[in-house]
Amino acid sequence: MAKNMIALLSGALFGLGLTVAGMTDPVKVQNFLDILGNWDPALMFVLGSAVVATTLGYRWILGKEAPLLDDQFFMPIQRVVDWRLISGSAIFGIGWGLYGFCPGPALANLSLGRYDAFVFCALMMSGSMLARQFDLRFSLYMRSRELRIRVQTSAH
Amino acid sequence: MTWDINLAIAGGLLIGASAVFLLWFNGRIAGVCGITNGIMDKEVKDKGWRIFFLFGLLMGPVIYLALSSKPMPALPDTSLWLVGASGFMVGAGTRLANGCTSGHGVCGLSRFSIRSLVSVVIFMLTGGISVFIVRHGFGG
Repeated sequence: MAKNMIALLSGALFGLGLTVAGMTDPVKVQNFLDILGNWDPALMFVLGSAVVATTLGYRWILGKEAPLLDDQFFMPIQRVVDWRLISGSAIFGIGWGLYGFCPGPALANLSLGRYDAFVFCALMMSGSMLARQFDLRFSLYMRSRELRIRVQTSAH
Repeated sequence: MTWDINLAIAGGLLIGASAVFLLWFNGRIAGVCGITNGIMDKEVKDKGWRIFFLFGLLMGPVIYLALSSKPMPALPDTSLWLVGASGFMVGAGTRLANGCTSGHGVCGLSRFSIRSLVSVVIFMLTGGISVFIVRHGFGG
């Protein structure tokens, strides 16, 4: 239960930070990406100050044995820059620029009853689940093809 | 403008505090899409804290609205087809890339992850191109 309360607090800080910084406004986010138009540097300052604070905090925390409420840190284990990372990031960027919503602000806006956030989030979740299915099947297909080739060559 | 920048820095620090808090106590990365995807994927067992995080995230704007007199941003006059297409691409892209602005941007850059740096450079670039086309591309 303590872990849930921490998650609730962390989520609320996150949502509050986004709102204070004006990042829940998709137009403001698009203004940041629009470097040749009426450029608004706000997002750069948001990301910059968040990264500085997190870098300092992470350095201090990761020097410890374990987090306070668990016996291990759950860090991402992937290290390789692969086609998923590259194509996924490119597709995400295109979608982000189209409307100015990324997942955090879109979800946060649900509580204000914005219908654009509802449409966005419904499609975002469908997109995520479809991409997952595609990824699973594609990986399986590539793996089976690789095995088939290996069987064929070892038959000689 | 300066006031805007101050608010941007204050907001960024709050987001940083959120990420630090979650790793310090729970040992978790504060990546919004990783957390939401974990709620949807049936093989992920620890759904509890994820739902609480999401609930907190949704409370953010409500808390702000209660504390400040600033009006909420107006709805842009954009076709819902475009909003939907944008959402779909954001969902699919962040799933494949395994992270978004928070996971790769805030948390990834803060632990000097090469994958995250590559991801951020790519999505900022394609995001810029995408906005350019939407705003200035078709004779706009």
